[in-house]
Amino acid sequence: MSDAKRPRPLPTPETQHFWEGTRAGELRLQRCRPCARAYFPPRPFCPHCGGREVEVFVASGQARLYSYVIHHRAVPGFTPPYAIAVVELAEGPRMMSNIVDCPQTPEALVLDMQLEPVFERMDDEITLALFRPARGDTP
Amino acid sequence: MKPGAVAIVGAAETTRLGHIPDMSQIQLHADAALNAMQDAGLTPADIDGVAVAGETPIAIAHYLGITPRWVDGTAVGGCSFMLHVRHAAAAISAGLCRTVLITHGESGRSRIGLNRPPPSPASLVGQFELPFGPMGPPSMFTIPVLRYMKTHGLTHEQLAMVAVVQRQWAGRNPRAMFRDPITVSDVLDSTMIAYPFRLLQCCLVTDGGGALILTAAERARDFPQRPVYVLGTGESVETPMISQMEDFTSSRAFRVAGPTAFAAAGITHKDVDHLMIYDAFAHLPIYGLEDLGFVGRGEAGAFIAAGHTAPGGRLPMNTNGGGLSYTHTGMYGMFALQESVRQMRGTAPAQVEGANISVCHGVGGMFAASGTIIMGREPG
Repeated sequence: MSDAKRPRPLPTPETQHFWEGTRAGELRLQRCRPCARAYFPPRPFCPHCGGREVEVFVASGQARLYSYVIHHRAVPGFTPPYAIAVVELAEGPRMMSNIVDCPQTPEALVLDMQLEPVFERMDDEITLALFRPARGDTP
Repeated sequence: MKPGAVAIVGAAETTRLGHIPDMSQIQLHADAALNAMQDAGLTPADIDGVAVAGETPIAIAHYLGITPRWVDGTAVGGCSFMLHVRHAAAAISAGLCRTVLITHGESGRSRIGLNRPPPSPASLVGQFELPFGPMGPPSMFTIPVLRYMKTHGLTHEQLAMVAVVQRQWAGRNPRAMFRDPITVSDVLDSTMIAYPFRLLQCCLVTDGGGALILTAAERARDFPQRPVYVLGTGESVETPMISQMEDFTSSRAFRVAGPTAFAAAGITHKDVDHLMIYDAFAHLPIYGLEDLGFVGRGEAGAFIAAGHTAPGGRLPMNTNGGGLSYTHTGMYGMFALQESVRQMRGTAPAQVEGANISVCHGVGGMFAASGTIIMGREPG
């Protein structure tokens, strides 16, 4: 997979902590102090209760494959066929990602399989959180 | 708003549909608008409200020579026109305007004069979805389906049957783009686009447009066409990010818009003679049938495969052939509305005999938005 021309995200003030996290090899989520719920994508308030009292924390990295498609058409930066997946983190939030170190087939990509993050550097500022089948050595 | 207080008195599509390389997007709006005005026996001077998606109401009003006292530029994707009908009915009932024109035009295939900017890399979609390689709706709108299949046991064959049944309807419609019968094998052997979706489970990409004209029911009988009454309406939105939809087996926006429209119309499912469910991809009628309450959770695949929505079935659905076989410019909702109007007028190519109530349900973006319009042959 060539990442040279993969669309590059442009961080905003509200998402900076997430991108600083992936750069440091961490998946940083936010949670609401009063209602204790984790959420994603980033924003400086709780989407469940509207409260502004929120904190950033490091997610466990434990995730499961929630759903996906295997794309068969050419897209700059990708070699088809490749899976576009949604993973569900142990803390609750879901995020889009790619599944690496795994054949891109329906047989290999089994829903609910356990995953762990892999941090893929694009450039000095941007590192993406991809996922791979869990190797059993995660907490 | 009282059921039946507002009526559709003009409805038309562009003169041609499919491949229209000699018209830009704004002209497709205008072609449809002029056809709808002719259908209603009106001129631009008679229109005092304009609702538009894809272009701005400013561009369309000026292009057509209309001086509006009410405009609506709601643009929530392909169901924008359902929301326009809803907003127009409210505006007419409130006395804000008398005669509203709603237009759609899109050069989806020829791509002439388009003005839809790509999402910014700083948007949430740009930061948290686009880096992972989706390329438009075929690779995004389809992502929830494997979760639905695992949850409810929907089979690939049942998902293929959606396209097979809609082709049966298209075969009865001379204006449908694809009319030749297809089988489940044809669908499952067609080119893989984004597993589990193959080419024949994805909509067409065409040029075309459509327009509607609405006015108060008490004026509606003065127009040349049989009026079609707006009995109930609903709308909602959920998320611009497919990865963030609350439940991958059901659309929250559908679950708000649909029941809101049924309650407003004061009807139940057994009153419905004809149904349109926006089908950009084969799973949408499945989600729609369940979220609108026509069948139970997990039952829609088998319901369609059993022929209940096919010609001769008890719930005729997507009788123009749908986005899968009739036409799909990009924002298909206008064409679903046009077919509901034809069915209520009694002029559809595949006319459902004795149909008095039609439910027209739309989706916008990728489960991002929804609008439901219930129409009737009688005001209530």
